[in-house]
Amino acid sequence: MVELKNLTAGYGARAVVRGVSLSFPAGKVTVLLGPNGCGKSTLLKAALGLIPIQGGEVLFDGKPLSALSPREVAQKAAYLAQSRSVPNITAQRMVLHGRFPYLSYPRRYRPEDYRITEQALAWAGAAGLAGRLMGELSGGQRQKVYLAMALAQDTATLFLDEPTTYLDVRHQLELLETARRLAEMGRAVVLVLHDLGAALRCADTAAVLSGGELCCAGTPEEVFCSGALDRVFGVSVKRIWTEDGWHYYARDRAGH
Amino acid sequence: MKGWRTFCIRRSNGAKTALLLLLAVLAAAALSLCLGAESIPPGEAAAALFSGGESAAARIMRYVRLPRACAGLLAGAALACAGVIVQLVLANPLAAPSTIGVNAGAGLAAAVCCAIFPWAVGLVPIAALLGAFGGAAAVLAIAERTGASRITLVLAGVAISGIFSAGVDAVVTFVPEALNGYSDFRIGGLSGVAMDELALPGALILVGILAALSLHNELDVLALGTEQAQSLGLPAKRLRLLALALAAVLAGAAVSFAGLLGFVGLVVPHIMRRFVGEESGPLLLCSALGGAAMLCLCDLLARLVFAPYELPVGILLSLLGGPFFIWLLLRQRRGRHG
Repeated sequence: MVELKNLTAGYGARAVVRGVSLSFPAGKVTVLLGPNGCGKSTLLKAALGLIPIQGGEVLFDGKPLSALSPREVAQKAAYLAQSRSVPNITAQRMVLHGRFPYLSYPRRYRPEDYRITEQALAWAGAAGLAGRLMGELSGGQRQKVYLAMALAQDTATLFLDEPTTYLDVRHQLELLETARRLAEMGRAVVLVLHDLGAALRCADTAAVLSGGELCCAGTPEEVFCSGALDRVFGVSVKRIWTEDGWHYYARDRAGH
Repeated sequence: MKGWRTFCIRRSNGAKTALLLLLAVLAAAALSLCLGAESIPPGEAAAALFSGGESAAARIMRYVRLPRACAGLLAGAALACAGVIVQLVLANPLAAPSTIGVNAGAGLAAAVCCAIFPWAVGLVPIAALLGAFGGAAAVLAIAERTGASRITLVLAGVAISGIFSAGVDAVVTFVPEALNGYSDFRIGGLSGVAMDELALPGALILVGILAALSLHNELDVLALGTEQAQSLGLPAKRLRLLALALAAVLAGAAVSFAGLLGFVGLVVPHIMRRFVGEESGPLLLCSALGGAAMLCLCDLLARLVFAPYELPVGILLSLLGGPFFIWLLLRQRRGRHG
């Protein structure tokens, strides 16, 4: 479990995220929502220790982040970055690097690492891509390989920053399904999503950020009822009951 | 074209390419030992090498051909490896060892050395080695202060190179005689290399290549981007500086005895990427072998084409490497960067 306590962080002297307290419990999918530039990605990076923390603290299973080495953090939490570079190596090699935090002397990946890599590729729906070069894959396929890399890291917590970009609708649904299954297996899954409807259906907890501050956090039901989404996005969020639960959708204020 | 490329990467895996290149290196070394102003048949050459003796052939072998072949192999391997590292760390296909201030530092040190101690030709390699480290250290120190991002590294390299080449111009203006020694160094060449001169740079190069090879996983992870690398537990900033320092040691050692050879560090990694892909392990190994073979063969060519006169190998490399590089640029504009 990862906890943020009154966390303030940013780039240089500028604080992008201010005084956020939030926890990402095991077995739950937490979705971060908010308009562009509200600090969602910064929050993830600060939680992983990728950018300096200016105030407050981050606790990994009760231990402060500052007491952990980057390698120990990498064994506890995986991160799928929003911008991803594409070196021209095979997908298998790429996913194998998810085992980098466990690499020890001699500096070679062990058979066990190869086995976990294979599993991760299968989990991410990329089993057939193992021998392909990253350069020749489509955006969606690359995305799956990146997801497999995060899975190969075999961590209790996964931070996925906009994991559904580049994916077509079927693969988006599959990815959210994978996120749910990971949570059911006891992982803490943290997602940054822009699709309100998908986010509220998938989340156990939704957290709404605006201007670097946390406006509202709770179950999708609570967040919807609080009206925070309407305020923050400047839209009117509605829902409709169907046989498989609530479906959320947004309309602009004028009602068009 | 793209199909051909992936075909090449698929078909010839790293091990097979490395084996072929190793044969090329051996062939280049053998040719370079046997051919020259005075051709020595292979049998005699081998006898001269292994059993010594004081015949003319044995002396040519020991004091001219062998040091020269070794120098070519070492410098080629070192520059190509340094090129791979610099291009990978800076994520910039146009980067080369000179991008991080190695050549500028070595050049200034050599010019100063030629100006102050015109009689001590033997001092130039040592000065160049120190200068190369100094230039790279200046670039890395500036970049370190500003967060060691890729772009500050490149910009710091440009700034330092500018300052140092102004320094060279100043030295040459005030002490025109310095130009005699300096211009040989600037063009780069392997003539007159002695075996004992190669000992220290040679050791640095061999250790440097082994160190780079042992860091291949780290380099691959670094290529995933700073944040992704850090999230995998790699101290990206520290590794970036360490890898560039390693590249500076490799390139600096090569430049110290071979002069400011261009294009090997730029072109060889690009050729090898075609064949073995971008995975650092095979890429470093094949680039080292390919660079060694290429420089050795170019040096042989430079000796033979205008025999009995010799063309400095630096000129030949630039003449061949320049057009190749332009072709690379044109292809890239049409391709994915278009």
